Amino acid sequence: MIKDITIGQYMPGETSIHRLDPRIKILATIVYISILFFIKGFFPYLYVLGYLGMVIWLSEISPKTILKSLKPLAVIILLTLVFNIFMTPGEKLPGFGFLPITKEGLYQAGYMGLRLMFLITGASLLTLTTSPIALTDGIEKLLNPFKKIGVPAHELAMMMTIALRFIPTLLDETDKIMKAQMARGADFESGNLFSRAKAMIPLLVPLFISAFRRAEELALAIEARCYRGGENRTRMKQLKLKGIDYSASLITLLLCVAIIFTR
Amino acid sequence: MPVEIKNLTHVYMKDTIFQHKALNDVSLTIEDGEFIGLIGHTGSGKSTLIQHLNALLKPSSGNIIIDGVDITAKGVSLKKIRQTVGLVFQYPEHQLFEETVYKDVAFGPQNLGLSREEIDLRVKESLMLVGLDYDALKDVSPFELSGGQKRRVAIAGVLAMKPKVLVLDEPTAGLDPKGRDEILGEIRRLHELQKLTVVLVSHSMEDIANLVDRIIVMSKGKVVLTDTPRNVFMQAEVLKNIGLDVPQVTHLVNELNKKGIKIKDCISVDEAFNELVKYLRSN
Amino acid sequence: MTSIISAQNVVFEYISHDDNKVTALDNVSQEIKKGEFVAVLGHNGSGKSTLAKHFNALLLPSKGTVYIKGMDTRNEENTWNIRQTAGMVFQNPDNQIVATVVEEDVAFGPENLGVEPHEIRKRVDEALKTVGMQDYAKDAPHYLSGGQKQRISIAGVLAMKPECMILDEPTAMLDPSGRKEVMETIKRLNKEEGITIILITHFMDEAVQADRVVVMQRGNAIMQGTPKQVFAEIDKLKSVGLDVPQVTELCARLHKEGIDIPLDVLTVEEMVVELCRLK
Repeated sequence: MIKDITIGQYMPGETSIHRLDPRIKILATIVYISILFFIKGFFPYLYVLGYLGMVIWLSEISPKTILKSLKPLAVIILLTLVFNIFMTPGEKLPGFGFLPITKEGLYQAGYMGLRLMFLITGASLLTLTTSPIALTDGIEKLLNPFKKIGVPAHELAMMMTIALRFIPTLLDETDKIMKAQMARGADFESGNLFSRAKAMIPLLVPLFISAFRRAEELALAIEARCYRGGENRTRMKQLKLKGIDYSASLITLLLCVAIIFTR
Repeated sequence: MPVEIKNLTHVYMKDTIFQHKALNDVSLTIEDGEFIGLIGHTGSGKSTLIQHLNALLKPSSGNIIIDGVDITAKGVSLKKIRQTVGLVFQYPEHQLFEETVYKDVAFGPQNLGLSREEIDLRVKESLMLVGLDYDALKDVSPFELSGGQKRRVAIAGVLAMKPKVLVLDEPTAGLDPKGRDEILGEIRRLHELQKLTVVLVSHSMEDIANLVDRIIVMSKGKVVLTDTPRNVFMQAEVLKNIGLDVPQVTHLVNELNKKGIKIKDCISVDEAFNELVKYLRSN
Repeated sequence: MTSIISAQNVVFEYISHDDNKVTALDNVSQEIKKGEFVAVLGHNGSGKSTLAKHFNALLLPSKGTVYIKGMDTRNEENTWNIRQTAGMVFQNPDNQIVATVVEEDVAFGPENLGVEPHEIRKRVDEALKTVGMQDYAKDAPHYLSGGQKQRISIAGVLAMKPECMILDEPTAMLDPSGRKEVMETIKRLNKEEGITIILITHFMDEAVQADRVVVMQRGNAIMQGTPKQVFAEIDKLKSVGLDVPQVTELCARLHKEGIDIPLDVLTVEEMVVELCRLK
């Protein structure tokens, strides 16, 4: 069934990493990614490896899953490697025939490749251990102080929530309409690009109509439930920082300090 | 054109934690021109079964043979199967997409690659069959019609494929009593005049009792009972155990029998009326 | 008993997409008493849903007035109080659940009202328990059945502590077991929690369970009374495209045949008693 495709590839769990406050996780991820760009040379990557390794170990996410998260970006990683190997000027290494491979190129490729892989792994650890709802909550809370300068924190979070809520419903619907049109002899699978695009019309039109109908009904339903934007709204679940959140912040800070000292 | 289903099994999401056996070794034969009522709880496997009848789903194991052709075999023409077996989904009006009623009904025949004259003929005929006025509606947008009309346009879209077997999944869902009676009347006419084989999925035991020749009862991916409405509704206990009801008059007669008032089994108001008059006038 | 909803000479007109003036409600007056269970029957387009939306200030009358607990719906200051007092459940279970977790959805209403977090928690737990869905608090709504989703929607309204609940064809898209679940929940709310219920439906077997039935036709309330009074008028109901229970129809036909059986039989049990009496 099409609805069983999970969005955001969240891996449910009860580990200390899962239980961290989403705000801390988002902030830590941002700090972690920024600090990657401060790194000079290979040595500080050992710190990063240690930090990342600890998070993976604590989150009980299998290394296989981590590798899987790298897969969709394999092409980009590969391109980075190739570009750096061939495009970096410097001392040409012998033994590669006509290929202009330089020592600096290899160094640069390894350095950039690692940075990219650490970056992706860190970011995907956030989505792997944080449910979409917690992420949304975290983003809303973090953006709250910026409301004064016109950042629609609540509206953004509400949009994300509704999108998450309706993705499975619309996937189901797509499946149903597709089958209904196939029962009328529609063919979604063969033909060239143009005829395939044309074949999507009988699918997309009903899907759009249904999405609009749903949107209209939902608007009415939330209005009936007294929704009037973020003003004066309370939340059942309050995010509260716990001891573990402070420890995590401290460890992340230590990583920063350690890396800055290597420069 | 009999439909033979042999040892049909269907497993969703095989080899994952979501694995679920929706059909478990189902064998059935539907004869030419039969009017079948398919009943069962949500999740009993009804929907999965009917989607196999025109190859929208492939069986995990087992075969479906329609008019001697195994439609589960490799290399069969899907277009041919979908032309033979017309499937009307629940809330079929949700699949309408064209600018005019004409174009929407013509979508199926067009996919079959028919000539313009033939398409013209089929659109006219199908709209007539569902009781809609061709001249008045052909250029109207289907989205401007009433709920009941939209649904009939959608059914016409399937009829325009000229199927030999028509399968309808709860064609009256969400309609009011008047709309329901109209649609059921048209289905009955299609069956009688066009000699179509009809498979009707419904939750309304009253409607099933009044319409069909034979009922197939499904539960947990298996066929539990298959017999005439009278014989099926006599098994009130079996039906109750799988969460299904009997028509209210059948229930009435069962209760009367328990009180020692012996009258014959009834499945319609007419029958119950005649039986009760006979009983009350007997002395 | 006092009226919780009072509609006086309500007219609702709108301009349809082909520029025709449509009168969806034509001078409807209704008094709904506190604690009452009223079923509004009618076929599609009879005006029953339009009337329901007036009880929640989602629609405002073109002429006439609607008061909810004395609050005039035309006065904008009352809107949120009205919607909190008279909660509404809609037909499509998929299109009224906002959140991705059941308990978060139930909390949505009280959150909008600005209720204190610990109080919301209490209300959510209570509401889920009342509709029998406490075991599903952490589940994702799209994995639930239609009947369960509707019970979540009911819980979402309950958590706002309404005095009155308007249900606009809540069972139209459900299978028989889902319909049963929802009807049992509604009846329990009425009997045990004392919530006034207005149930819009076209299923006669649901209307039979109400204290009072109002039949709508072309924007008018053409009949009203107890279920027995209304369903006894079998010909009139059929003329507006509505059903009656099979046993009621059977009694009407036996009655015409000269058999001394009352016309207001609604259930199998009553009919068995009547027939035993005759012999």
